[in-house]
Amino acid sequence: MATILEESGFNPEKELKIVGTNPVKHDGLDKVTGRANFGADFFLPGMLYGKVLRSPHAHANIKSIDTSKAEALPGVKAVITRDDLPDIPAGTPGGDMTRNALAREKALYDGHPVAAVAATSEAIAKRALKLIEVDYEVLPHVIDPREAMQPGAPILHDYMRTNGDPDAPDEPTNVTEKMVVETGDVGSGFDAADEVIEMEFDSKPMHQGYIEPQGCVANYSEDGQIDLWCCTQAPFVYRDRLSGMLKVDAAKINVQQSELGGGFGGKTGFYAEPLAIVLSKKASRPVKIVLTRNEVFRGTGPVSGTWSRIKMGCTKDGRITAAEAELVFQSGPYTGSMYFNAPNAMFTRYDLENIHVTAFEVVSNRPKVNSFRAPCVPQIVFGVEGVIDLLAKKIGMDPIDFRLKNAAKEGHTTIYGDTWGPIGFIETLEAAKTCDHYTSPKGDGVGRGIAAGFWFNRGGETSATLQLAPDGTVTIAIGTADVAGSRISIAMMAAEELQIPVDKVRVHMADTNSLGFNRVTAGSRTTYSVGMVVVDSSRQVIKELCRRAAGIWDVPEDGVVFEEGEIRPASSNVGDFEPMSISDICKKTTMSHGPICARSDMNVTGAGPGFGLHISDVKVDEGTGRVDVLRYTVVEDAGKAIHPQQVEGQYQGGAVQGIGWALNEEYVYGEDGRLQNAGFLDYRMPVASDVPMIDTVIVEVPNPKHPFGLRGVGEVPVTPTMACVGNAIGDAIGVRPTSLPMSPPKILEIIEQRDAGK
Amino acid sequence: MAKVHVTTTVNGDEYEFLCEPQQTLVDVLRNELELTGTKEGCSTGDCGACSVTLDGRLVCSCLVLAVECEGKEINTIEGMAQGEQLHPLQRNFLEINGLQCGICTPGILVAAKSLLEKNPDPTETEIRYWLAGNLCRCTGYDKIIRSVQAAAAEMRKG
Repeated sequence: MATILEESGFNPEKELKIVGTNPVKHDGLDKVTGRANFGADFFLPGMLYGKVLRSPHAHANIKSIDTSKAEALPGVKAVITRDDLPDIPAGTPGGDMTRNALAREKALYDGHPVAAVAATSEAIAKRALKLIEVDYEVLPHVIDPREAMQPGAPILHDYMRTNGDPDAPDEPTNVTEKMVVETGDVGSGFDAADEVIEMEFDSKPMHQGYIEPQGCVANYSEDGQIDLWCCTQAPFVYRDRLSGMLKVDAAKINVQQSELGGGFGGKTGFYAEPLAIVLSKKASRPVKIVLTRNEVFRGTGPVSGTWSRIKMGCTKDGRITAAEAELVFQSGPYTGSMYFNAPNAMFTRYDLENIHVTAFEVVSNRPKVNSFRAPCVPQIVFGVEGVIDLLAKKIGMDPIDFRLKNAAKEGHTTIYGDTWGPIGFIETLEAAKTCDHYTSPKGDGVGRGIAAGFWFNRGGETSATLQLAPDGTVTIAIGTADVAGSRISIAMMAAEELQIPVDKVRVHMADTNSLGFNRVTAGSRTTYSVGMVVVDSSRQVIKELCRRAAGIWDVPEDGVVFEEGEIRPASSNVGDFEPMSISDICKKTTMSHGPICARSDMNVTGAGPGFGLHISDVKVDEGTGRVDVLRYTVVEDAGKAIHPQQVEGQYQGGAVQGIGWALNEEYVYGEDGRLQNAGFLDYRMPVASDVPMIDTVIVEVPNPKHPFGLRGVGEVPVTPTMACVGNAIGDAIGVRPTSLPMSPPKILEIIEQRDAGK
Repeated sequence: MAKVHVTTTVNGDEYEFLCEPQQTLVDVLRNELELTGTKEGCSTGDCGACSVTLDGRLVCSCLVLAVECEGKEINTIEGMAQGEQLHPLQRNFLEINGLQCGICTPGILVAAKSLLEKNPDPTETEIRYWLAGNLCRCTGYDKIIRSVQAAAAEMRKG
C-alpha cells in the first residue's frame, strides 16, 4: 500500500487558484440555521432512553448489585450490569475497556459506571437508577500521582507490574510503565555549562471541555447487526474496539458519525456507546444515551496531571549543553495516557547533543485520561520553556535570540530517530521577532512572555472515495471526522487538482460500511492525510477522463492532456479537437462507459513537523492574584494554509484553551476522592470577556511531500501557551510560577513569599 | 402525574403540546417539538447553547420550565432566517468563519441578535460581556466577536 504520493507535485512556483482562499465552508449553513445534526439530535422510532448509574466512591469493591426493583418499574425495558459484558481478562486492552465501560470487580473513580437502564422516558430511566442497590466496600483511594508511587499507597490493581523497568520488584504497583529517552552524555553536558537551572513543576488535570456532551443511538437487530449513530472523532476505531469488546464481527457493526460538537481528543474513545448497544440488545429496541455535563466531567477523559523536574544548562554565549528531566503522568485507573509523547517532544525543536529523560505513567482513582491536543506535551513544555526563559535571562540574551541560537534546522535528527526535511522553526522565530506585538513597547506594569512549541504532526491509515456525477460535479466520501472545518479544506484541494470551482465539490462523512479503515481524527493528521488521498483520487479520475477523451477522438491516450480544467489534444499533431470540460466528458460517457470514480487507501507518512512561537502580555493584580491577558499573538508554521481563516481559527482556539489551562482550569478533588467541580460554573473555562483578540501570523515553509506543502496545524497552538503565560507572569511579578493552573490563590502565595524575601 | 397542556408561539407559529410539570423548555423544544437547533450543553445555565428568547427576553431554555411558556412567544435559531434570506449575523458568521464545530453557534446567534436589538452599536467589550454566558471551546472567540461587529455595522447601514 502506498504511504505517500510518489510525485507529490509540490511546486512553489505553481499559481494556486483555490488553495489559499477563504470560501464559506459547506457545512456552515446548516450550523447557522440549526439544521446540523449532532450526537444528541438523532432519533429512531420506538427509541428508548438510557441512563447510567455511577459510583459515588473513588475506590470500592462492588460486592453485589441488585437490579430487581429497577427492572420491576413500569416503563423499564432493560437493566445491565457487569454481567452483561464479556468477561475479558483484566490488564489487557479489552479488559480495561469493558471495565471502564462498566465496573467489574471494583469501582475505580467517582463517576465510574456501574449499571445502566433503558426505559420509555428519560424520567423513568432516572427513577430506575435510584432503585438499583449496589453494595460497596469502600477502599482507601489515591489521586495524586506521586503519592500513588509511594510504598504503601493504595493499590488499584493487584496484577500491575511496571513495564520497562527490569529493576522494579515483583510486587503490585501503580506505576504502569517507565520510559527512558536519552542521547549523548548529560553529565559532560552539564560540566560544559556556565549556567545550570533545575526546577520542579506540576499541573492538574483539565478537561477537553467540548460543549457537546457525548450522545449516541444504538440499534441491535436479532441477527447481530449493530447500527450506531454517535458523535466521535474515530468511527472506525469505535467499530473495531466494539467488535473486540463485544465479540461481534466488525462487518456487523456500522458506525455513522454525526456532526461533532467539539472533541479536542476527548472523543477518540467511547464511553456510553457499548452500554447503549447492550441495552438495545436486551430490550430489542433502539436506545439513545446522552451524557449530562456532570457525567462528562466525572466520567470522561480529562488530561493527565503531571509532576516534573527539569534541569538545563547553557554556556555564556547561549548554547544549551544539556537537558535532563524526570516526568510523572497521572493516567486514571488504566494505562493509556500517551505520556510517551512528552519525552519525545519536550526538547524537540532545539538541536541538543545531550538529553536524558525518565518518565513514569501512574494509575490513580480518577477518570481514565483521554487525548487532548498534543497529548501530554503542553503541561511539560510549561516547565521546559520556563527554564529556557530563565537561562536566557541569566546570560542576558533576548529570549527569541536564545531560541534561535539553539533551534533545529533541516537535516536535524530527532531523539526519536526522524531526520527532518525542510522545517520552519527558524522562520517562525524570525517572524515573531519582527511582528508588531514583539516590537511594540509593553506598557506600564505589564509582563511579557514568549514560549515555543512543537508537534510531530501525524499521518496514518486513510481511505476516501471520489465520485464524478454524470453532470461532472464531485462528491467525496471521507471516514475521518470534521472537527473544525476540514471538509472545506478537502473540497478545496480536490477542486484545485481538478481545476473546477470549489462549489462543484461536496465532501461528506461516510459510515464505516462504506470505506476502508480510517485512523482516529487526531494528532493534526486529517487535512494532511485526507488531502493526500483525495489528490491521489483526483489524479486517477483525470487519467480516466483523458482515456475517455482519447476514445471519443479516436487518438492514442498519450495524445490527450489535462490543462486549465480542460481535456485537450496534447498538440496540434494529435488532431484538431475542441477541448472538453470534465462535465462534457461525464455527460457523454457516464451512461455508455460507466461511472468515473476513484478511491485511494494509504497509510500516510511524510507529515512535516510544526512549530509555533507565542507572545503574551499580562497584567497581574497583586492584591487579588488575578491575571488578565491583555494581548496575545500566535506565530506558527502551517506549511501552506489551505484555508487561512480555518488555520487562524486553530491558532486562536488552541491559544485560548491554553489560557484557560494556564489560569483557571483544574479538577478539584475532595478528601473523599470525589470531584468537587463537575460543572461549568466551578470548572471555569475562558468566556468571551476573559480574553483579548488573538493575533495570528501564519508562516509558510512548505512540506514538499504534500501536493500543496501543508503541515498539520491543530496541536501546535496549545503546546507553548501555558509556558508563554507563565513567562509573562514571571516578567510581571519577578517570580516564574511553577504550578498549573496559575490561579489567583497560587499567584497570591508567590507574591507573599516574594515579599517575605523567601 | 398528569401532563399539562401548553399553548405557545414558536417562531411565529402556534404550537400546542403536553408536558410533564418538571420538563424544561429545551427538553420540550428538542424532544417534543423536534426543534433540535437549540442545543443542550450543561442543563445548568452555564454554557448558553440552549439560548432562546421568551417574549423577547434572552433566556437559557434549560432553566425555564415548559409550563411557564403558556401564552408566551418563543424564538429559536430555526426562526432567525427569513426563508432563504439569512439574518446578517448568520451571513457574517459564515463569511468571517465565526464558527468551527458549530455546537455553540445557535445559542451565540440568538444571544447576539438579542444584543443588537438592544444595542445596535456595541463596543468590543460590550459584545464580550453580553456573550460571556455563551461558551465556545473552538474559536477563542476572536472571529465570533468580529462576526458580531461586522453584522452590527451592516445592520446600522440598513
